[in-house]
Amino acid sequence: MILFDQVSKRYPGGNEALSNVNFHLHPSEMAFLTGHSGAGKSTLLKLIALIERASTGSVIIGGKNLNKVSHYTLPYLRRNMGIIFQDYQLLYDRTVFDNVALPLIISGFSSREVKKRVHAALDKVGLLRFEKKYPITLSGGEQQRVSIARAVVNKPALLLADEPTGNLDPDLSREIMDLFMAFNQVGVTVLIATHDIPLINQLDKRIIQLSHGQLNPEKTGNTEQFTVDS
Amino acid sequence: MVRGNTSSSRDNTVSSVQLRQLKPSFSSRFKEFFIRHLQVFFYSLGLLSRSPFATLMTASALGIALALPAGLYVILDHASQLSGDMNSINQISLFMKKDTSAKNINTIQKKLEAYPEIAQVKHINRAAALQEFQDNSGFGDALKALKNNPLPDLLVVYPSLTHSDPQQINTLLIELKKIKQVDLVQLDIQWLQRLYAIINIGQRGVLIIGSLLALAVLLIIGNTIRLAIENRRSEIVVMKLIGGTDSFIRRPFLYTGFWYGLLGSLIAVLLVNISLIIINDPLAHLSSLYDNNLFSLGLMGINISSTLLLSGCLLGLFGARIAVGKHLKEIEPK
Repeated sequence: MILFDQVSKRYPGGNEALSNVNFHLHPSEMAFLTGHSGAGKSTLLKLIALIERASTGSVIIGGKNLNKVSHYTLPYLRRNMGIIFQDYQLLYDRTVFDNVALPLIISGFSSREVKKRVHAALDKVGLLRFEKKYPITLSGGEQQRVSIARAVVNKPALLLADEPTGNLDPDLSREIMDLFMAFNQVGVTVLIATHDIPLINQLDKRIIQLSHGQLNPEKTGNTEQFTVDS
Repeated sequence: MVRGNTSSSRDNTVSSVQLRQLKPSFSSRFKEFFIRHLQVFFYSLGLLSRSPFATLMTASALGIALALPAGLYVILDHASQLSGDMNSINQISLFMKKDTSAKNINTIQKKLEAYPEIAQVKHINRAAALQEFQDNSGFGDALKALKNNPLPDLLVVYPSLTHSDPQQINTLLIELKKIKQVDLVQLDIQWLQRLYAIINIGQRGVLIIGSLLALAVLLIIGNTIRLAIENRRSEIVVMKLIGGTDSFIRRPFLYTGFWYGLLGSLIAVLLVNISLIIINDPLAHLSSLYDNNLFSLGLMGINISSTLLLSGCLLGLFGARIAVGKHLKEIEPK
């Protein structure tokens, strides 16, 4: 699903955020991306979401080489991914329903279909009763769940999350992670960048560790020898 | 760890669904396309009505900019119509030599009336002309002191409508000058030609002012849309992140431009008509001082109004398109 082949990313000014990164995330796999601040986690996710482009090497998503994606085909590629942010990126002048409906409206679903799917997505994250509320009236954990509902509403094959639990307490964080696990159970490929080492150590999932823009040898959760980088 | 095994066995089962995407059917997308357009159409109007004061201020600025050339155009249009009416009553005055006998004049009149270029010839008797002049000019007593009638006989020639363009009139003039008994041929259209020339200049002026103000309308709308884009920057970023195409993101802004254009031109129609109502009364008075025909500008015609509305809407759309094209590129997720 995700293949990084000798990928480097250099920002203008010479700062090399990623250097020679190789990894493969299989379809229906779930992995955590960890590393200290500035290790290149966000850059790696941005390369997948086509917010940034690789300086050298190629990123291949679902068989598609992102180097060859033009400005005009880019939106259609992003529709295959659900992206979740630390700061939720919700639209605060629209209701929870309208926020979650947005990806479907962009794709051109009928109003009936939109309603059905939004309800299903909100039900999955347990917020169906909040559909008419505005996001600002919800708690942080609830807002994050709204953004997850929006990310999964058009059933993307790939879910990306950048520090999804960064602003949440441990209990809420666990709830959010369980949600991601549930989506992974039904075949969605999930890649989550996170700082929350104690949490992911409880989950038996692949861990991809970045350090100064390079990949460390991989470990999985639940291992005694796991060390927190820096 | 068995992770490697599970993931490779998963590979086989799910490789067929790589980047599968939930897609609406074509017919659904086609139908939704129009429904969404309609929704965005009214959604953008709703956005404008949320800040009625700011909207009205912008629309008024547009209205004034549009009203100016439109008003001038209405006035010029009437002026050229008026001169057009006068053109059709073109007349050529033939002043006869004083020694020409009444019988002779009668023959000439008959001869001229047979011309296909001439619709009608009227004879104004010199005696009758003197009488009328004495009655109307206020010089009655002075004229009575004259021994001889200083006025010549006059034949007024009305060219037929099919022969009234300047070229044909000119040919006719040359023809008329050849008549021996004719002292002077006078064509009463010189002032008309001057008026035409002035109207011509006026029309160019309206064109220049109109173009400049159309540019101003573009700039006002462009700037308004630029601010709207700036205000909704975060929304645009989110739209781009979840796969909104450029045209999808552009749409509400284009409709906003359209609404501004429509509101602006409606205000312009209103302004021009109010101005016409204000001008019409004194204008009617002025025209009554010239003759009994009441001349009035009336209100804006349906043609001019709809042209104004249409160009307002198009300018709005166009201005918005320029602004959106320029500023949307600058907003990308970071």
